[in-house]
Amino acid sequence: MKISTQWLNQYVSVGIPVSELADKLTMAGLEVEGAVKRYGYLESVLVGSITEIRKHPNADHLKLCDVNIGDRSILVVCGAPNARKGMKAPCALPGTFLPAGRAIQKTTIRDIPSEGMLCSEAELSLGPDASGLMVLDPQLAEGLPLIEALHLTDTILEIGLTPNRPDCLSFIGIAREVSAIVHQPLKFPEIKMPQASGRIDELTSVTIQNPDLCPRYAARLITGVTVAPSPFWLQDRLLSVDLKPINNIVDVTNFVMMEMGQPLHAFDFDQLAENRIVVRTAGHNETFTTLDGKERRMADETLMICDGQRPVAVAGVMGGQNSEIQKITTRVLLESACFNPVSIRKTAKHLGLNTDASHRFERGVDPAGTVIALNRAAQLIVELAGGVLVDGIIDAHPVPTPVRRIDLSITDTNRRLGTMLDQPEIIRCLESVEFQVTARDSEILTATVPSFRVDVSRPEDLMEEVARLWGYNNIQTTIPKISPATRPISRAIEIKDKIRDRMAGYGFSESISYSFISKNACDLLNLPENDERRKLLHVLNPISEDHAVMRTSLLPGLLTAMHYNLSRQSRNLKIFELGKIFIGRGQDQQPEEIETLAGLWTGMRFDQTWHGKPISCDFYDIKGILENLLASLEITGLSYSPMPAPSCHYTRPGHTAQIICNGVPAGLIGETAPAVLASFDAKQPAFIFELNVSTLISLPSGAKMFAPIPKFPSTGRDITLIVDNHIQASDIINKAKSLQENLPEKWMEHISILDVYSGQPIPPGKKSISLRITYRSFTETLADQMVNRIHHQLTGGIIQEFNAALPA
Amino acid sequence: MENRIEQIEAEALASLSNASDMEQIKSLSVKYLGRKGLVTLFLRNISELPVEERPEAGKQANITKKRLEAVFEEAAKRMAAGLSDNSGAIDVTLPGRPAAQGSLHPITTTTRRICSIFARMGFDIAEGPEVESDYYNFEALNIPKNHPARDMQDTFYVSENIVLRTHTSPIQVHVMEQNAPPIRIVAPGKVYRCDSDLTHTPMFHQVEGLLVDEAVSFGDLKGILESLAHQIFDEHIRLRFRPSFFPFTEPSAEVDILCVMCRGKGCKVCSQTGWLEVMGCGMVHPAVFENVGYNTRKYSGFAFGMGVERLAMLKYGINDLRMFFESDQRFLRQF
Repeated sequence: MKISTQWLNQYVSVGIPVSELADKLTMAGLEVEGAVKRYGYLESVLVGSITEIRKHPNADHLKLCDVNIGDRSILVVCGAPNARKGMKAPCALPGTFLPAGRAIQKTTIRDIPSEGMLCSEAELSLGPDASGLMVLDPQLAEGLPLIEALHLTDTILEIGLTPNRPDCLSFIGIAREVSAIVHQPLKFPEIKMPQASGRIDELTSVTIQNPDLCPRYAARLITGVTVAPSPFWLQDRLLSVDLKPINNIVDVTNFVMMEMGQPLHAFDFDQLAENRIVVRTAGHNETFTTLDGKERRMADETLMICDGQRPVAVAGVMGGQNSEIQKITTRVLLESACFNPVSIRKTAKHLGLNTDASHRFERGVDPAGTVIALNRAAQLIVELAGGVLVDGIIDAHPVPTPVRRIDLSITDTNRRLGTMLDQPEIIRCLESVEFQVTARDSEILTATVPSFRVDVSRPEDLMEEVARLWGYNNIQTTIPKISPATRPISRAIEIKDKIRDRMAGYGFSESISYSFISKNACDLLNLPENDERRKLLHVLNPISEDHAVMRTSLLPGLLTAMHYNLSRQSRNLKIFELGKIFIGRGQDQQPEEIETLAGLWTGMRFDQTWHGKPISCDFYDIKGILENLLASLEITGLSYSPMPAPSCHYTRPGHTAQIICNGVPAGLIGETAPAVLASFDAKQPAFIFELNVSTLISLPSGAKMFAPIPKFPSTGRDITLIVDNHIQASDIINKAKSLQENLPEKWMEHISILDVYSGQPIPPGKKSISLRITYRSFTETLADQMVNRIHHQLTGGIIQEFNAALPA
Repeated sequence: MENRIEQIEAEALASLSNASDMEQIKSLSVKYLGRKGLVTLFLRNISELPVEERPEAGKQANITKKRLEAVFEEAAKRMAAGLSDNSGAIDVTLPGRPAAQGSLHPITTTTRRICSIFARMGFDIAEGPEVESDYYNFEALNIPKNHPARDMQDTFYVSENIVLRTHTSPIQVHVMEQNAPPIRIVAPGKVYRCDSDLTHTPMFHQVEGLLVDEAVSFGDLKGILESLAHQIFDEHIRLRFRPSFFPFTEPSAEVDILCVMCRGKGCKVCSQTGWLEVMGCGMVHPAVFENVGYNTRKYSGFAFGMGVERLAMLKYGINDLRMFFESDQRFLRQF
């Protein structure tokens, strides 16, 4: 909201510099977001004195003036009829931009150069007179800036009001706060009703059909007005707060709204069918043309102001074209009303119309101010547009506003605020903003809430008033006494923290991407129609099509990041993201939110250094990361199985493993399919993994137990087997473990893969696998022949199972 | 004569420094200090000097002998311990083999920093859903439907009653519904607002805090937040509390810190005001307590919330909000 300090001074003597005022308002909760000097555009307009005047040699109606502007004299070509030697007038120097959009520069007028412009008050927007130069006091010194000469000190404050303070959406509202801050009385404008004649209730009537939506509707009637432009002072006031002057009737309604916060509307009384007002909700599918010339369809519950036959205004939002004030209007019906805030807000939202009126009504207008504002406007209209006030007032007030009285405990106030304020101090704070306070006893105060403070309904609201008027920064800083009990850190947070730390330790950079992705992301990932991840959660009002649905996979984010970095010369990339994916559960349901980890590795295993040639990363690089990570999280019951080709959508079949955790799929590792890389314009091999972290979190956390250090030495045996290509390492290891299950001696401690080889001299379709099996007993040192016996039993079983051959 | 003993010593030391194995050290030792060694011979020949020079020359020669004996002994020891073999020297200025070095996102490090400060003050960490019902995001927090306070946050809707949470405050409600006082939590997380320009991203991060106990005051709130600011920035940072409005707190305040860039003189970062708005806070509104069934006579509490991006930008001097979510490796690897 814009506030002119000059206008504000009408209602309270501010008496302190603007910067101090701005600071104090901010610290009282009315945040001053900006302060602009209103007459800044006059900076290079000076008091000039015409020392010589001659006829223009080439033009009859122009004169040449020598103008003394203090430090020098300049030649100005001037056409003003009142220009004469010895007079003082404002002289705009080159570089000045006048409000009408006129830029002053050195020009040549009919062959004579002109170094400035002598101005009328209209040209400077300082008055209405455009007939000639603005005549300045002859006592003023030449060269004095006009701003100083005329004391043009007005500053426009931009105040960011919070929605709870509609009472401050007016000059008087702000003045009331200033009055409390600077301890100066509030000067309310004096309203003197003009001579009236006739009787209003014989000429018109007001019927309210929906008193819940319109608790009060007051009207006055003025006849014989002359509609014309407003006087300069009124236009100037409106312009100072960016309101456009229209005519004297409409301008008065806007002026009073700015002054008192009560939106008003003026109808051409002769356009009202049956000369009466009916307040009712819109009919089904009713359309209506508002003042801005737009035909609008009303929602059924929209509150309309109607005449005897048809709507004439959208209540509290905007008037109608059919009853607006025109040049020929002579009789004016003035409306001042109170409307239900929720109803007005719905209407404004429905129509997409946020007007000064709706802004105030939806926040709450002072129900006790209705008639005062009406009288103020009626008085001003008679003053400015002539006419006669019809005697009497219609004040339909079906729902009176109850008076709010709130009991406030001194002890509770001090306890909540952490203050030690005494009763008189609290009373002083509240009374400074017009609460009426009586002390019931030394402990309890009863405060009557002023009608304009629609935001105050509880003792805590009063405490806030006390706190802000006492000053938040005057409240002593303390430390709360904290009871010792705390809960252990949740497993979810512990696991997520650990994953992030580990991934960073493995050389991955953490990335955070938007949770919304493009609708076609599922297509880019080549997901089948029945895939879970196609259960998308759509945002109804996305910022763009690229951010229209909540992600069901972290991969689009990582692949987009890959493209971003590749196109910026970063070809080696190790990134991960840990965040939620959102699987839709149907209309009006919250989605399933799954904590997910995804990693991507592309480019080289290491950056090139002098230590060796760079090697491209591969499947086993990223698998190693994942194995280490899961081991560090103490996840057991893990297995990796090849993902069957039909289940691979965005990874290469034969290069993709599913991660199984205690029999449940928990993610995958694989090489990104070339087609998917192409879709993201990221054309180099990339290895990815995805892990359902919510599943890991849900696993019971096993307490870590110490394993005793063995007392007896171990013995190793190596064996190389030649098997069919399709036999997998895990098959052999699992077989060895199951064979041991059936042996009395559980000496096999560990089995590891030393080498895998195919090619000459291994026959085609076969490969050789070298294993090392480590044996150990916890009770004795194993003799060679004991180890050999067991080793034979195990390897014999494996050879048989896989039809393996031994190398020649 | 004296010159000669000094010459012998210099020769001995020079030869020793070129000795590359124990044999050479031993033979040099014999050459100089052996029974027929040069030093020994020199001592024997002192008698041939004029009488007046003999005492001084003898003294000097004995000192030199002791010194050389010690040097040879030390050289033999070092050689025996393998400390004298400089052969096959490598260029130690070449860079080593790099260990894997990743990075945490500055949002993560900043969030952790805030959370750990509160954890030290006995706060638990809580989390909640990012897609919320209208009730938890708004109504339970005293923001009814069709209230102008809803305009304070541009909301992403998923359906009429389901929204992307606009703040982390709904976590307060979940925690209070499930736990009786006393409550002390901080709640970090992603939030969403329908706003995208130079200074707004449609997704950003907040940390919310809530403390509920008996007799908690606004002064306590000031104390906790002052302590936080001192730990995040430095202990000289000045705070100011400014009345504001949030429907779920009463009284409500915005917290400004003295601009960390210009120290209050006024600069671009603080829009010439000298202050930076960093947090919103207030005493929990009784309506919120009523919604979760807390006794408003017995308990009071405070809540606060802050934007993580903003703090990270101030802390690290990051000047473009969008960099947080572009995943540019050149950005990420700096943290």
